[in-house]
Amino acid sequence: MTRPSAADGSGSGGPRDVLAGGPAPVRRPRNRTRVRGGAPLPLLVPALLGLAFLVLPLLALLLRAPWSSMPELLTSAEVWQALRLSLVCATAATALSLVIGVPLAWLLARVEFPGRGLVRALVTLPLVLPPVVGGVALLMALGRNGVVGRWLDDWFGVTLPFTTAGVVVAEAFVAMPFLVIAVEGTLRAADPRYEEAAATLGASRFTAFRRVTLPLVAPGIAAGAVLAWARALGEFGATITFAGNFPGRTQTMPLSVYLALQSDPEAAIALSLVLLAVSVAVLAGLRDRWMTSA
Amino acid sequence: MRTRSSNRPVLLAAGVGAAALLVLSACSDSDDGSGSGSDAGKDGAGSASGELSGEITVFAAASLTESFEELGAQFERDHPGTKVTFSFGGSDALAASITGGAPADVFASASPTTMDLVTDAGAAAGTPETFVRNRLEIATLPGNPDGVASLKDLTDPGLKVVLCDEAVPCGSAAQKALDAGSLKLTPVSYEEDVKSALNKVVLKEADAAVVYKTDVQAAGGKVEGVDFPESADAINDYPITLLEDAPNTAAAEAFVELVRSAEGQKVLTGAGFLKP
Repeated sequence: MTRPSAADGSGSGGPRDVLAGGPAPVRRPRNRTRVRGGAPLPLLVPALLGLAFLVLPLLALLLRAPWSSMPELLTSAEVWQALRLSLVCATAATALSLVIGVPLAWLLARVEFPGRGLVRALVTLPLVLPPVVGGVALLMALGRNGVVGRWLDDWFGVTLPFTTAGVVVAEAFVAMPFLVIAVEGTLRAADPRYEEAAATLGASRFTAFRRVTLPLVAPGIAAGAVLAWARALGEFGATITFAGNFPGRTQTMPLSVYLALQSDPEAAIALSLVLLAVSVAVLAGLRDRWMTSA
Repeated sequence: MRTRSSNRPVLLAAGVGAAALLVLSACSDSDDGSGSGSDAGKDGAGSASGELSGEITVFAAASLTESFEELGAQFERDHPGTKVTFSFGGSDALAASITGGAPADVFASASPTTMDLVTDAGAAAGTPETFVRNRLEIATLPGNPDGVASLKDLTDPGLKVVLCDEAVPCGSAAQKALDAGSLKLTPVSYEEDVKSALNKVVLKEADAAVVYKTDVQAAGGKVEGVDFPESADAINDYPITLLEDAPNTAAAEAFVELVRSAEGQKVLTGAGFLKP
């Protein structure tokens, strides 16, 4: 998913381009996926069902939205508090993921070491782990009574649960694997000969990373960062488990959507629409990478 | 190398497919079971023998977890062929799922307010009746290292206190108790149900929580309870009702009867609940 160049590219279109009859040479790679004579029914019906399944709930959200009371709902102080907290925490979690995630991706992509496959699997684990389990694990590790958290409390007086920093930690735990996997994929696709050339010209490995590799994989890093940011923004399970729920401190948008659904469903819909709008904006930002290369 | 990497997605897809099939078949199995079971249950109610069978789903306030599980096991022993499934949680969340159409037979909530959400939506069959009451208590760390002796002690800013969210009965009761004592308390977190509030103290992440007496008792030695006089002003009535769309009315009625029977009351008062 992180290598659109492989999907677009290099393969020669060949005779199928002639069949598709597209005269525009620029669009040639895309024409390869076109099926002549329409899709067969056994594929078309489930395909349309699948499309409806994914789109219908979002449409329902729009249909049931309390449009008349929307301005009032969206301008309330609580919504802005939750939205601001969400944006700040997701951005901080992404920044944290960049600082420690990009070097980790580089390590996985460029350095041969025993057990690399295992390390990669461990890095990917939070991707498939239920976030609530991640939250419990974080409590056990970084809670006030946790394996590491105990020392943080004793030595520095730092406790993470119930703090905004705790939200950032929970979100980074869940979101960083997206960044690492994306960046590692881009690094593997990038030609290592540029780095080797830099090395033969006397650059140290770190200089080569900084001056050659980073600019080379910048688009991959950007895409990974957006993915991680979006995942962090939507994070619920690990956050409520590890950081609790307090308005303005740890109550992010997804938490307030969940809690509002029980007391004030209209507010929950309004909040959901805000998150939907943010997601659409993220997708629009990634348009060039995914929607056109598909 | 190339073949390996191209095989992996296939294997993965096969694995996901197999897992999905398992889940689907498991779901349909249980659906069939409950469907035929509930039919049998209704038939049973009609026949003279009054034999109960099938599955019932009970939505109950988180604070009822231990006592209802015991009563559920007893019910299954008394009526072989029945199965009681519980969904425990914050009463407000449960009420929201019932009015949202969740299939359930019985609802036992921790406050009349949350029960009203269900009766107002016309989802309750008959009038809910109070079957127990519950009183608040402060749960502190074992040995009470912070020397908490009153509700006022919890307002110390150096103390990490968790409360239930005000939408949940234990949260509104705690607020009522605080109001009764003219106290203002800023917790570190508003939890979604009483058990998650309690567990923050069990895990030693919080120093204290305002929960029910029954939760402190259920937690055994993992927390220490501190009584406070303001709790007298915030005693919760627990109503129980049969639900309008109950798939298995006969067995559900029998379960409500068990809860309200002398036998059921013995289990509940044994867990620390007060008689209605």
